[in-house]
Amino acid sequence: MKIDWIPLALVPLLALAALPLVGSLPTWVTLTVAGLAMGMMIFLMASGLTLVFGLMDVLNFAHGIFISVGAYGAATVLTRMTKEMQAESLASDLSAMVPAVLAAMALAGVLGWFFERVLIRPVYGDHLKQILITMGGLIVFEQLIHVVWGADIIPLPRPGTITGSFIVGEAAIERYRVAAVVVGVLVFAAMWAVLNRTRIGLLVRAGVENPEMVESLGYRIRRLFVGVFVAGSALAGLGGAMWAMYQEQVTPAMGMQVLVVIFIVVIIGGLGSVGGCFVGAMLVGLMANYTGYLAPKLALGSNILLMVLVLLWRPRGLYPVGRA
Amino acid sequence: MLIRLLSGDLPRSRVLAVILILIFLGLALAPFVFPGTRSLNVAAKVAVFILLVASYDLLLGYTGIVSFAHTMFFGIGGYGVGIAMAKMGSGWFALTTGVLTSFLLSLLIALAIGLLSLRVRAIFFAMITLAVAAFFQILASQLSAFTGGEDGLSFRVPEALRDRLTSYYVVLTVAAALFLALLRVVNSPFGRVLLSIRENEFRSEAIGYRLVTYRTIANCLAALGATAAGVLYALWLRYTGPDTTLSFNIMIDILLMVVIGGMGTMYGAVLGATIFVVAQNYLQDLMKLASGAASGIPLLPQVLHPDRWLLWLGILFILCVYYFPTGIVGRLRR
Repeated sequence: MKIDWIPLALVPLLALAALPLVGSLPTWVTLTVAGLAMGMMIFLMASGLTLVFGLMDVLNFAHGIFISVGAYGAATVLTRMTKEMQAESLASDLSAMVPAVLAAMALAGVLGWFFERVLIRPVYGDHLKQILITMGGLIVFEQLIHVVWGADIIPLPRPGTITGSFIVGEAAIERYRVAAVVVGVLVFAAMWAVLNRTRIGLLVRAGVENPEMVESLGYRIRRLFVGVFVAGSALAGLGGAMWAMYQEQVTPAMGMQVLVVIFIVVIIGGLGSVGGCFVGAMLVGLMANYTGYLAPKLALGSNILLMVLVLLWRPRGLYPVGRA
Repeated sequence: MLIRLLSGDLPRSRVLAVILILIFLGLALAPFVFPGTRSLNVAAKVAVFILLVASYDLLLGYTGIVSFAHTMFFGIGGYGVGIAMAKMGSGWFALTTGVLTSFLLSLLIALAIGLLSLRVRAIFFAMITLAVAAFFQILASQLSAFTGGEDGLSFRVPEALRDRLTSYYVVLTVAAALFLALLRVVNSPFGRVLLSIRENEFRSEAIGYRLVTYRTIANCLAALGATAAGVLYALWLRYTGPDTTLSFNIMIDILLMVVIGGMGTMYGAVLGATIFVVAQNYLQDLMKLASGAASGIPLLPQVLHPDRWLLWLGILFILCVYYFPTGIVGRLRR
C-alpha cells in the first residue's frame, strides 16, 4: 500500500512553523502537547462519523448526541464513586475511571444501535431525508437528556492521579493531556490494526470502495453497517467522556458545540477517510492551541481558515475516498 | 386579481383555504382582535417567521438543498440595521444604509458559498454552511465593540415607526409582499427548473440547465429573503442580539416549521410558522396544566414539563419526514 506522506508531513510542519512565532521553547512544548491531546479527543469523537459516512454514505448530524450521552454516562458513574476518586492511588482511580468509560461507551453504543435501527434504516440512500431525520433525532434526544439528567451543568471532578502537571525542563505538561494522547494513540492503533489486519476490516474497507460488490459476494453488508455504526457511536461516547473530564463539566449542549469542529475535521480529512480524520484532528487541535496563544481573537475562526486552505489545495479533503 | 396576486398557486384544498384566510385575518386584525402586548409580539413574530421560513422553503423544499446558514443571513439583516442605527443615529438615512449594506453583504456571501460548495454534493453544502454559520456567530460575539457581543444592540427607530401599531402594519405589509414575491418566484419558469433539479438533477443537467447557476441563484434569493426578515424583526424588536437572530436554536426552529408545515409548498411556511410560534408561546401554558395533572406518575411529569415542548415538536418533525413528506399542507391537499 502506498502512503501519501504529504498531508502527514503537515502536522510536524505546522508545529515547527509555530515555534519561531511562539518564541519560547517551554511554552511551545506545552502548547504542542495540549494541541495533540485536543486533536486526539477530537479524533475519537470524529472517527465514527467519518467511518459511518464512508461505509454507508450516511452523514449523521445527530453524532453530537452520542458525545453528550457518553459524557453523561461517565459523569453518572464518576459522581457516584467519589470515594475511589479521592483516594490518591492509580489503582483506585482506575477502578472508577474504567467503569465510567465503559458505561459511556456502552450507553452511546446502545443509543447508536437504536438510531441505526429505528431512525436511519428507512432513509438509506436519501441524503435530504437523512439530514432531516438525524436533525430530528438530535432535537428529540437532546430534550430527552434534559428529561433524564436535568438541564443543569454537572461539575465533574477529575481523579487525583491525572490532575496536575509534570515539569519537563521548563515546560509544564498537564498529566491529563498526556493520558489523552496515550488513549488516542492506542485507539488509533487498534482501529488501524482492525481495519488493515483483520477479515472484518477487510470487509469494511471493501464496503467503502464498493458496497454492491461486497454484497454480491455473499456478505451481509447490513450487519456490517450496524456493527460499524455501533462501534462509531461507542467511540464517540468514549471521546465525549474524555472531553467531559477535560472540561470538568457536562452540559446537554456539549455534543452540539463540538460537532462543528468535528465536521471541520471530517471535511479536512476527506469524507470517509479514517487516516485523513486523524491528520485533520491533529491539525485542528494544534492550530486551535497555537492561535489561542498567539491571537486569542482569531482562535475560534482558525479552524475555518484551515478548512478553506485545505479545500483550496485538495477540494475533496486530504485523503479523498473512493466514491465522488 | 387574487389569482394573479397568488401567482396562480391556489391552496387547492378547502380546509387549507379556510385556515389560510383565518391566519391572514388574524394577522391583519391582530391589534384589535387580540389586544395586549404579548399577542401583538406573537403576531409580529409570526409575520416575520412566515417570510423567513418561506425563503428557507425555496431552498429546502423547492431546490432540495439543506443549508444551515439561513440564520446567518437572518442575522446579517438584523445586525446590518442594528449597527447602522446604533452608530449613525435613528434617521431614515441610517436605516437605508443599514438595509442596503446588509443586502449587499448577504448577496456576496451567498454567492461565494454557492459557487464554492454547490458544485459538489448536497451533504457537503450542509456541512460547509454549518461551519460558516458557526464562524459568523463567533464573529458577532467577538467583535463586541461593533456588535455589542452577547448583549446585542438596542437602538431607536425613525420617528414614523415608533408607534407600535404603525410599525406592526409596516412589518406585516412588507412580509406579506415579500411572501407573495417568493410565491411568484417558485411559480415562474425559474421555479419549475428548481423543481426539476430537486426531482432529478442528472436529467435537468442533461436537458441543458446548469445546476450550479440555478442552485446559486436560489441560494441568493433565499438569503435575501432571510435578510429582509432579519431587518423586519430587528425593526420590530428595536434590538438585535445573538439569541434573537443568529443562534443555532433558531435554525432548528426554522427546520421544524418548514417540515411540519410542508416542504415545497410555500403555504406550508405560513402554517408551520404560525403553529410553531403560537405553540412556542402558548403550548407551554397548556403543558404546565398537563404536567400538574400527571404529577405522581413517574417520569411523565418531566416529559410533560413546559420546557420540554420542543421534544414533542421534534417527534412530530420525525413523523412528518417519514410519513408526510409534504407536511400538513400536503396532507390537506390530498
